Amino acid sequence: MSNVLPDYPNEVVTKALLRLVRVPGLDKPAALITLDNGFDHKKPNSFGPAGLASLDEAITQATEAEPAFIALTGKPYIFCVGADITGMPFITQRDQAVALGELGHRVFARLKNSTIPTFAFINGAALGGGLEVSLHCHYRTVSGGAAALGLPEVAIGLIPGWGGSQLLPNLIGVPGAAQVILQNPLTQKTLKPKQARELGIADALFEPADFLEDSLAWAAGVVKGEVTVERPEVDKDMWEGVLFFAKQQLDERLHGAVPSANKALELLALAKEATFEDGTAAETQALADLIMGDESRASLYAFDLVQRRAKRPVGVPDKGLARKVTKVGIIGAGLMASQLALLFVRRLQVPVVLTDLDQSRVDKGVEYVHGQIAKLVEKRRMDEGTAAKLRGLVTGSVDKSVFADAEFVIEAVFENLDLKKQIWAELEKIVSPEAVLATNTSSLPVTEMAADLEHPERVVGFHFFNPVAVLPLLEIIRGERTDDATLATAFAVGKELRKSCVLVKDAPAFVVNRLLTRFTSEVFTAIDAGTPLETVDSALDPLGLPMRPIALLQLVGPAVAHHVGETLHRAYPDRFASSPNLAKIVEAGLPLVADDEINPEVVKLIEAGDKPLTAEEVRTKALEALAGEARLMLDEGVVAEAQDIDLCMLLGAGWPFHLGGVTPYLDRSGTSERVTGKRFLPQGVASLPA
Amino acid sequence: MPRVSREVVFVDGVRTPFGKAGGMYAETRADDLVIRCIRELMRRNPQLPPEKVDEVAIAATTQTGDQGLTIGRTAALLAGLPKSVPGYAIDRMCAGAMTAVTNVAGGIAMGAYDVAIAGGVEHMGHHPMGEGVDPNPRILAEKLVDPSALVMGATAENLHDRLPTITKERTDAFGLASQEKTAKAYANGKFQPDLVPVALRSAEQGWGLATVDEAPRETSMEKLTTLKTPFRPHGKVTAGNAAGLNDGATAALLADEETARELGLPVAMRLVSYGFVGVEPEIMGYGPIPSTEKALRLAGLSIGDIGLFELNEAFAVQVLAFLDHFGIADDDPRVNPWGGAIAMGHPLASSGVRLMTQLARHFEEHPEVRYGLTAMCIGIGMGGTVIWENPHFEGADK
Repeated sequence: MSNVLPDYPNEVVTKALLRLVRVPGLDKPAALITLDNGFDHKKPNSFGPAGLASLDEAITQATEAEPAFIALTGKPYIFCVGADITGMPFITQRDQAVALGELGHRVFARLKNSTIPTFAFINGAALGGGLEVSLHCHYRTVSGGAAALGLPEVAIGLIPGWGGSQLLPNLIGVPGAAQVILQNPLTQKTLKPKQARELGIADALFEPADFLEDSLAWAAGVVKGEVTVERPEVDKDMWEGVLFFAKQQLDERLHGAVPSANKALELLALAKEATFEDGTAAETQALADLIMGDESRASLYAFDLVQRRAKRPVGVPDKGLARKVTKVGIIGAGLMASQLALLFVRRLQVPVVLTDLDQSRVDKGVEYVHGQIAKLVEKRRMDEGTAAKLRGLVTGSVDKSVFADAEFVIEAVFENLDLKKQIWAELEKIVSPEAVLATNTSSLPVTEMAADLEHPERVVGFHFFNPVAVLPLLEIIRGERTDDATLATAFAVGKELRKSCVLVKDAPAFVVNRLLTRFTSEVFTAIDAGTPLETVDSALDPLGLPMRPIALLQLVGPAVAHHVGETLHRAYPDRFASSPNLAKIVEAGLPLVADDEINPEVVKLIEAGDKPLTAEEVRTKALEALAGEARLMLDEGVVAEAQDIDLCMLLGAGWPFHLGGVTPYLDRSGTSERVTGKRFLPQGVASLPA
Repeated sequence: MPRVSREVVFVDGVRTPFGKAGGMYAETRADDLVIRCIRELMRRNPQLPPEKVDEVAIAATTQTGDQGLTIGRTAALLAGLPKSVPGYAIDRMCAGAMTAVTNVAGGIAMGAYDVAIAGGVEHMGHHPMGEGVDPNPRILAEKLVDPSALVMGATAENLHDRLPTITKERTDAFGLASQEKTAKAYANGKFQPDLVPVALRSAEQGWGLATVDEAPRETSMEKLTTLKTPFRPHGKVTAGNAAGLNDGATAALLADEETARELGLPVAMRLVSYGFVGVEPEIMGYGPIPSTEKALRLAGLSIGDIGLFELNEAFAVQVLAFLDHFGIADDDPRVNPWGGAIAMGHPLASSGVRLMTQLARHFEEHPEVRYGLTAMCIGIGMGGTVIWENPHFEGADK
């Protein structure tokens, strides 16, 4: 092992267990290496320095045994999910990062250069370095039961740096490789076993029931020459064309803001002509550059937030306090309410009852849920038995007395405080004193909504993000009088809904809407001041956000944005401007975007001032506004820590990993210190160690 | 409605290599063993559309844990057979798989099934003999059965008492011969075609592959005399002249003969008759004698008509009792030509189909033999015998 590379303290070592196995039909035994870290599938195999050393040793011993072939497989359900990223913080110097790349290359190359045939039997999930080690083997089989295959490194700010960028395009061609290395990670997709077979990543696909037996028999057939492995020839003519197109697509979306994507493109280009040695040497350098960059550190921080903090929210009362929910009531039967009904019935599988003012609205709501269930069945995402059960569970009524035995009632009616208060008052006479009353309000104060109730302690905010079925964030708002049992129940329900829940104090617009509104408020101030719409709209491109501001405004709906904006303007008039131009746009009711361009009719509406800003000024102001607002939110105790703000931005606003959500970017761009005099996160948490 | 009895044929049989309890299958599930067998049967007989399987009868003595949940049904589902294929679990201790075969054979004969799978599994490492049993106190109070009847080794010692001419030397010699015959059959590749390799996992060693039985061992008369007699001080029954505690599974395809011919399935054996008979539970090893007499009587045959014997070697004493009764020599070449359970092992409920699979292979090699039989003793005092006809029979030797 390299003496430069530090040991990872607490590495969960994935051992490479070697066993010589008799395979029918072969005179010599096969060397079967099992990757196993000694835990069940919930803690998957990964490669740290000690794990790589174990594999190195197993390959040495396997080779010495002069077997008929060497094969690598995993523990049940897991092949290997890649490099041990928990060790990244211990890599503080560039030469250490280089050593990490070189170590993997050196060990894996032994499988590629082996004179004894080598096989990977991909029995379970194979991601990143796990898939890369298999690519070094001469042949691969994959189990139909493997949960996922892929090279997701670009999504966490890295590149497939253990041979993947060079081996994959030369195995399956550059279009497939670009899909696996670039497109899939950036859209959070992985491959199913069948797709991996079709792309040519695996040479054979076997059923899970006897995957290993079949793989061993197949491998024996290959070494005896009874099985011929056919692979289509890689077309090298289209190489540059494919990559040119891929780069165009990337630039359109990311505007060069994701260094890992650019490096991956360069490596894919190199793979066409470079020798494997040169290609992997370039990989090592690229990997080291990225490991020593703030983007990858922010990405790893973000990855950890969504993987771990999202599952264990901070500041939540003991889950033992949670009350059982056997029936859910939904007030309203409009689109939002119907979406909630579908979500609750799918996840909780308990009776869900919708109410509204008249029967036709109720019927429409129930019909919507039934229609969505039918669509899921059609897409084979739900079986008919479940569909029948769910259809039976969703009912509607104009009479709120149906809520009498519901333990959890959520309202999704028009955003009007008096209306909501009136509904709660009416409901309190019907439901039990413990029934949780949840509001899906996006901007109204939860505390005030509960104020006049006999039992205000059972009111909680339950703020979903649209589309409800897709966006994983749920802001759970604790009102001033909300009690622990109510909050515990809300978190338990949120978890059952498979949402990532963040605890938020009752403050105007909570987290995501408050930050995004402050951000757009700066955008509109710039427009009001006379900055051209095009300038404003592209000003934030260097951040690589998922959407430009105008498109985002279109998605949210100018009316909704205006409503939230005005609410916040009333609460904090000095920070949230009331934009006359936005008001006009709302009034005109025109679409902001037409034919992928900013609607010229909208441009005509705008009454601009005479103090236009440059794009850079717009960006600086917007970022400074974000930094100031985020700091205020922390000081006000809206959330416990900056990590919660980032989690909300990642999951509720879809802000990218390379920004770490938002605060790591504000820190590394110097914005935090300039505006608030201090960082949000200490150096090294979501950035390079000091 | 007039009913015509149909001919029942044994199409094909397979088994896993047998392991030693606590040995190579320690971390392998029992149901996975039998699932492998079912899948291999289907793979070896691609002309059989899976939906044509009318029944899956799987035996296990202890039907809990990984041998529970109506294992015939769950194993069929997990083996990938269509959901329309039914299955059930069955138990007659050591003769579980044999009873699964005779049960589905009855169903085939009377027209309820065209094709069925019968087999058995016993993971004695996961399910030691007597696991979870709760014998009725009346057994003792009313002296219905000698308590020793519940301990199989003790019944073998009891059988020695009744049959003093069967000496320890004879049982040891029989045990040694079983080992030697098995070793020779392995060397000649006799078993391998019907063994299903099984992937094994060990947390310590990683994955492996079982391809041969774990129990067979080299021994000698000298070594055999030194073994302990765990069932009685200064007794006769030892690990050397009895089957061990084993893990393994078997499965066989049975069919109506006409259906088999229509589908192009091989006909390996034709069922002639079968008999199950009870005896005194404390000498359960005596069981195969009356059950064979019954099966012979039903078939209208005599012992002299039987050209090949596959006798389960739960205990050498019990096989020798059978041979003595019928006047057959201890080393008669017609008996267990490839050795038996003393060498290969006896995962209780699975063994019946192993006997049949081997007899089917013997029939192939011996077209001069017309009839063969498979027989075994069964706990709580029973014997089971199935007589088979060789479809390859070409007429007797001159």
